[in-house]
Amino acid sequence: MTDVREKRATEAVQSKAFKRKKTPHPIWYAVAGAVLVAALTHYLPPFRNYQLATVGAYFTVTAGLTVLTGLNGQLSLGHGALMATGAYTFALAQNRWLALPLSFAAALLVTTLAGVVIGLAAARLRGPYLAGLTLAVAVVVPSVTSTFDDTFNSDMGLSIALDPPPGAVAMEQWQAWLCWTGALITALLLAVLVRGRFGRDLRAVRDDETAARLAGVHVARTQVLAFVVSAACAGLSGALFAVLAQSVSPGAFPLTLSLFLVMAIVIGGLGRLAGALCGAVLLVALPALAQTAGERSGSQRLEGNLALVIFGVVLVVVMLAAPGGLASLRLSTIFRRKR
Amino acid sequence: MKRTTAVFLAVLLFAGACEGSSSKSGSGGGSVPGVTDSEVVVGTHMPLTGPAAAGYAKISPATKAYFDFVNAGGGIHGRKITYQVKDDAYNPATTQQVVRELVLQDKVFAILNGLGTATHSGVLDFLKTNRVPDLFVASGSRTWNQPDKYPQTFGFNPDYTVEGKILGSYVKQNLAGKRACFLGQDDDFGRDSLAGIEKILGPVAAEQSYVTSSPNVGPQMGALKAAGCEVVLLATIPGFTALSIGTAAKIGFKPQFVVSNVGADPATVSKALGAAAPLLEGVVSANYLPLTTDAPNPWIQLFKKVNDQYNGGAEFDNNVVYGMSVAYLFVQSLQAAGRDLTRDGITAAVRRNGFQGPGLVPLRFSDKDHSGYGGQQLTRIEGGKAVFFGQAWTTDDADGAVQPYTGQPVTPPQNGIPAA
Repeated sequence: MTDVREKRATEAVQSKAFKRKKTPHPIWYAVAGAVLVAALTHYLPPFRNYQLATVGAYFTVTAGLTVLTGLNGQLSLGHGALMATGAYTFALAQNRWLALPLSFAAALLVTTLAGVVIGLAAARLRGPYLAGLTLAVAVVVPSVTSTFDDTFNSDMGLSIALDPPPGAVAMEQWQAWLCWTGALITALLLAVLVRGRFGRDLRAVRDDETAARLAGVHVARTQVLAFVVSAACAGLSGALFAVLAQSVSPGAFPLTLSLFLVMAIVIGGLGRLAGALCGAVLLVALPALAQTAGERSGSQRLEGNLALVIFGVVLVVVMLAAPGGLASLRLSTIFRRKR
Repeated sequence: MKRTTAVFLAVLLFAGACEGSSSKSGSGGGSVPGVTDSEVVVGTHMPLTGPAAAGYAKISPATKAYFDFVNAGGGIHGRKITYQVKDDAYNPATTQQVVRELVLQDKVFAILNGLGTATHSGVLDFLKTNRVPDLFVASGSRTWNQPDKYPQTFGFNPDYTVEGKILGSYVKQNLAGKRACFLGQDDDFGRDSLAGIEKILGPVAAEQSYVTSSPNVGPQMGALKAAGCEVVLLATIPGFTALSIGTAAKIGFKPQFVVSNVGADPATVSKALGAAAPLLEGVVSANYLPLTTDAPNPWIQLFKKVNDQYNGGAEFDNNVVYGMSVAYLFVQSLQAAGRDLTRDGITAAVRRNGFQGPGLVPLRFSDKDHSGYGGQQLTRIEGGKAVFFGQAWTTDDADGAVQPYTGQPVTPPQNGIPAA
């Protein structure tokens, strides 16, 4: 099935690009994704659309994180904080000017600047020290919001003024479209970016810094750039989450979120956008599953804690069964063997 | 790349399949969401885990127990009440998630008694957009009383400003001349409470705040001690009431504590204090529902009976009384809304008011007022138990005077279920 479909896509690209490349250009994935999302949002009930939108928002950040961690080897435990930066910027801009594109631009800009600052520090650190620095950033979010509570309104957070969706579009549908537009554009840009020289530089720096430097790659600049790109993705994702919740509060960006993001890309498959997508789906599906299980078991108090357990177990199982993550599983070969 | 495509498509299709297949389960029966001829489904968000779980986690089981009691008697207008409780861990972000689930997926008729100022504030607009009745919010924020902006939202607790004024009057009359200070939660709970206190007392000598995500009030209590406070008014949830009183004792700081009703249930706070529970002696608070210690009170007898039969004999504290009082009021609303239950019908019934229940003071519901109880009576902890003293007081959230309330309490109906 997939082979046939892929061949057709490949042929299309080949005829257009005069047989320059063997793999289809990422834009075809993006187009296919857009068509699929448009179709899904048409048929799904509101709550499923909301979940679909959440997957899109998560995909935006996991895509950036998997490029940073998987391709460049920098571990960040602070992406939740970068998302919070994006979300709060979006909220403040939106409440002031009530212009959606402007607020998104502001969120991207501010988070990119935050990414430059953290990236500059991060490029000087390795391994656990880098993890420690980014962890500190994640921990500091609630304190910042309660210290400057005139602006950020402490634990209560800010509610966001949003214009109603255009025309007769349902709110949840509109949210799904916004989130997936952001997610697909992000994924497309990242895919294009890592196919070229920048991608090779990233991998070279990850595999051996000295060798990369000898080959003429500017190591520090590559690392900072990788962090900035990934921070921008996190900022956009944060803004999308702000649109989803129509509010923003520190509780939405706890330390566990940052840890979950890293777990998600590892389970999905480090360094692959498909892995980031798997991870994003899991981030939405597993807590929902945990909640259902908690409710079925009859113990209401399980609900809040079960998601962590399930995530941990899935991580262990996936690492044992498929160390490359879910995206490394050869689904087609499994099916063929079964036949 | 082939593999990537395969996985990409497989995951999306899988997600699609999951979403498609489970979508059918959520569809409601009749034209009114959550209402059939034999059932009415209501939902709530509650902190069953997390920083506010102590005490508050007992409210929803008590509400459910009273509904089970009513259901065993045949329900209301032939409909059994199903109560869907979702845990939001007192985290506003989680509340967003679970309330969407209740409204969009489980298709509840109404949200009943959603708990928390910060948590519930975040879902007001969502509930308004979806035209869901938002009844008897478990918080005393003045936010719920905005009939023009949120026509379907109604409070339950006396608002924190009313409470602040009543507690402030106590301090003014009985502890005059002492340095009064304030520690409150850093959200509308703390801010509204302080506004009420300062309407009576004028500016407090020192003012501190805490956030629930940081379980440490050492610096705050240190600052209050340094400011020479003799009276400390607390607008705190139970866990933080215990923390504040315990921390103060540790640093040798012994002011008179005057605590908001929502953070003052002696059973909950003394459990959190453990061996240090005697520190609670003499703490002043207020309440607007019968106290568990008042054994001959007919409401307490009714609720105790329901608690034993339908709540597994859970420890009978003021949270249980609170949960059952909410349930009683909701059943009264259902009765008043009549046989043809609609969302507009029940909000109209609540606006008409005229409810008489366990409360010591009247509910204020009307076309122009969506706030709950309008006053409180002061309590003091003596021998580990809260007891009422003086009479009940009522006031408003503006500059109205604090006045004694002289109305007589009513008794529950014979069978314990309000009649139409």
